[in-house]
Amino acid sequence: MADRMLVLDNVNAYYGKAHILHDLSFSIGKGEVVALLGRNGAGKTTTMRSIMQLVRPASGTVSFEGTDITRWPTHKVARAGLGYVPEERRIFADLSVMENLEVGRQPHRDGYPDWTVEHMFELFPNLSERRGNRGKQLSGGEQQMLTIARTLMGNPKLLLLDEPSEGIAPVIVEQMAETLLEIKAKGLTVLLSEQNLHFARIVADRAVIIESGTAVFDGSFEELESQQEIRDQYLSV
Amino acid sequence: MSFYFAQFLTGLASASSLFLVACGLSLIFGVTRIVNFAHGSFYMLGAYLAYTLVQYVPGSIVGFWGSVIAAALVVGLIGAIIEVVMLRRIYNAPELYQLVATFGIVLIVQDAVLWIFGAEDKLGPRAPGLDGIVRIFGEPIPQYDLLLVALGPAVLGALWLLLNRTRWGVLVRAATLDREMVASLGVNQSWLFTTVFFLGSFLAGLGGALQVPRVSINLLMDLSIIAEAFVVVVIGGMGSIPGAFVAALLIGELNAFGVLVLPQATIVLAFVVMAVVLVIRPYGLFGKQETAAHAAGQVEAPIRPASPLKRTIALALLALLLVLPFLMGEFALVLATDILIFALFAASLHFIMGNSGMVSFGHAAYFALGCYGAAFLVKYFGGSMEMALVAGPLFAGLGALVFGWFCVRLSGVYMAMLTLAAAQIVWSTAFQWQELTGGDDGLLGIWPSDWARSKTAFYYLSLALCGGGILLLRRMIFSPFGYALRGGRDNPNRTESIGIDLRAQQWAAFVIAGVFAGIAGGVYVFSKGSIFPDEAAIPRSVDALVMVLLGGVQTLSGPIVGAGVFRLLEDEISRLDYWRAILGGIIVGIVIIAPEGIAGFIKRIAVKAGLEREGETAA
Repeated sequence: MADRMLVLDNVNAYYGKAHILHDLSFSIGKGEVVALLGRNGAGKTTTMRSIMQLVRPASGTVSFEGTDITRWPTHKVARAGLGYVPEERRIFADLSVMENLEVGRQPHRDGYPDWTVEHMFELFPNLSERRGNRGKQLSGGEQQMLTIARTLMGNPKLLLLDEPSEGIAPVIVEQMAETLLEIKAKGLTVLLSEQNLHFARIVADRAVIIESGTAVFDGSFEELESQQEIRDQYLSV
Repeated sequence: MSFYFAQFLTGLASASSLFLVACGLSLIFGVTRIVNFAHGSFYMLGAYLAYTLVQYVPGSIVGFWGSVIAAALVVGLIGAIIEVVMLRRIYNAPELYQLVATFGIVLIVQDAVLWIFGAEDKLGPRAPGLDGIVRIFGEPIPQYDLLLVALGPAVLGALWLLLNRTRWGVLVRAATLDREMVASLGVNQSWLFTTVFFLGSFLAGLGGALQVPRVSINLLMDLSIIAEAFVVVVIGGMGSIPGAFVAALLIGELNAFGVLVLPQATIVLAFVVMAVVLVIRPYGLFGKQETAAHAAGQVEAPIRPASPLKRTIALALLALLLVLPFLMGEFALVLATDILIFALFAASLHFIMGNSGMVSFGHAAYFALGCYGAAFLVKYFGGSMEMALVAGPLFAGLGALVFGWFCVRLSGVYMAMLTLAAAQIVWSTAFQWQELTGGDDGLLGIWPSDWARSKTAFYYLSLALCGGGILLLRRMIFSPFGYALRGGRDNPNRTESIGIDLRAQQWAAFVIAGVFAGIAGGVYVFSKGSIFPDEAAIPRSVDALVMVLLGGVQTLSGPIVGAGVFRLLEDEISRLDYWRAILGGIIVGIVIIAPEGIAGFIKRIAVKAGLEREGETAA
């Protein structure tokens, strides 16, 4: 139990009347990188949003380090140590790169990496050159780096990354994979939602596949490799 | 030449106070997305508090400025308390509900000020040490005005530093762009919102307190400054502080020089400028298109034709209305006539608001135009009641045709502001054009034709016209025209991409709503025998909104239920002292407890009883 950092237990979530997550359960151990796979509309983003309590689960619980965080206000969830990088990037377009990082800044947590602005610029050298630019002047790839950097500024214990490779040039995706491995090496736990299986298996230790808001596979990439029918059935391409 | 320079300085001085109020309004809107009607009330409170405090420290410079600052701080605190106690509960409500709720606060503050400070105007002392004049090019300029001229840019500079050089400022600017993301990064929004509200209210209170040596303080300050502040904020662009500054200068100077050309019509001038700016730049000089909401938009349930049960209820109601004169006395009939008139008025507003998604904050304009159209025909052309009842709606429709052309170019808050501006033009014209409208004295002696003079006959006439009008509006909602409008409400882009000229359809809907409000106005003027400019004023527009809200925006029967309840309620409480505060409290209460209105509330209870499923809505 102790090493189970984030646990989703029978979570049900709705958008209006649409039932998106059906009794979704899975967990992530400390230091693990888990890839959340599944087709478009399978419920990956809703899973992320339910963890952050941006969507309030109708039933079931989300617990983090043994504490039930269901129905907590979102800012409290973030302060507990969950760092969320949303799918559509959502950088603050009118704020400079430095100011974007400032919004994300939170106090340091014992036993976890302490990220500073300088670390961010080491991790993402491209951002360093653009520190005075406004968010909207950055390219798509730079914006994606900025969202990750902004979230890391909050010194999270667990990082939620929603489709970071989406809509980004392949070169940058590779760069991003390296960066993620660096972050992983620092001991951060990561939940990564992906459609790009190739990208996911480079960085992740384990895969959880969801379909119609239910976990249909939970295991290693080797297991996934051997189960052709699962891949055909639940993953596109 | 020197005279014009002096006039220019006067314009700058009044621009400063206007800027203080407008920038607070803009700041609050930027972060909380609430258009705070009560912001003018904070300004008024600041003036009254400073006036009171100064009495205790006569003639001392420190005492004077201490009082001004203390008054502003108290107002800031009151603003923060109002945010925590009331507004915090309605951040997720549709913007219309928020506007109406803050208007409820306006009513409460008005009566509170009346109760505490009394009804008579107050004249404050000059500012000690600044009570002289300076001669510039030979013209006398009050020293105090010069201070105000300098104060505007000083506050602008201080705010700029605060917003750009502090963490708090960066968070506020980030929250203006994406609240949800800010919360996801661990920032406590409640705390941020309360501090923004404190600052905004403080600035409004300061603006009011600084007026003490300049103007007489009265109970009308709140609505007059809020109308101007809306104009400033909209011209400058919602949420833009520099925009508010430039626009405040523009309006300040427009007032200072407009007074020389058109002494009676400065309000009209300001609103005309606003209309022109909005047509050229729909989001104001410095504004940007509102960022699309990230939370999934609420999908409204389709409007369905009445079920057999509902039809039976409607027929029973109609039968009851037909036999009412045999059951009730004259007094009740007059009240019933009133309810019929306001049901049609509310239904016409609902037609553009609930069905078409266009928020009108100035629907009273068309009601009043209907009144005046009918009254003019009787007064100046010797027309009969029958002719007047045609002329009124035509006149209202003509007004809606002109104003609507501007209004349908905008949406959301901007549209609400522009419709409010249109209503203010009608109101100030009616108020100031004495020769035509009788001004404040109104037009009297507009009575029905002989056959309709008895209360019973007039009741049946109202039933025929208003009931018929409501049914006709309902018929249109179920026509292809109604579908097109609902399509536009739910998704403008898709509606246009299937080949519907949405703007033309909305314009037509706006005119139709105007005509039907005009019918209600025409009947109203004959039921009262007189017409006053009040019928076009902001409170009348709010009445219509409250009726629609009471009934529920999404329900077709809403306006009728709402008008009935509202009229009966008003009849009860308007006999009490401080009934405005009571009404305000009721409005705030409804928005907080039953944001879907009475009819919607009953519906929700029914759904709950039948099908319990908790937590269905996405956050």
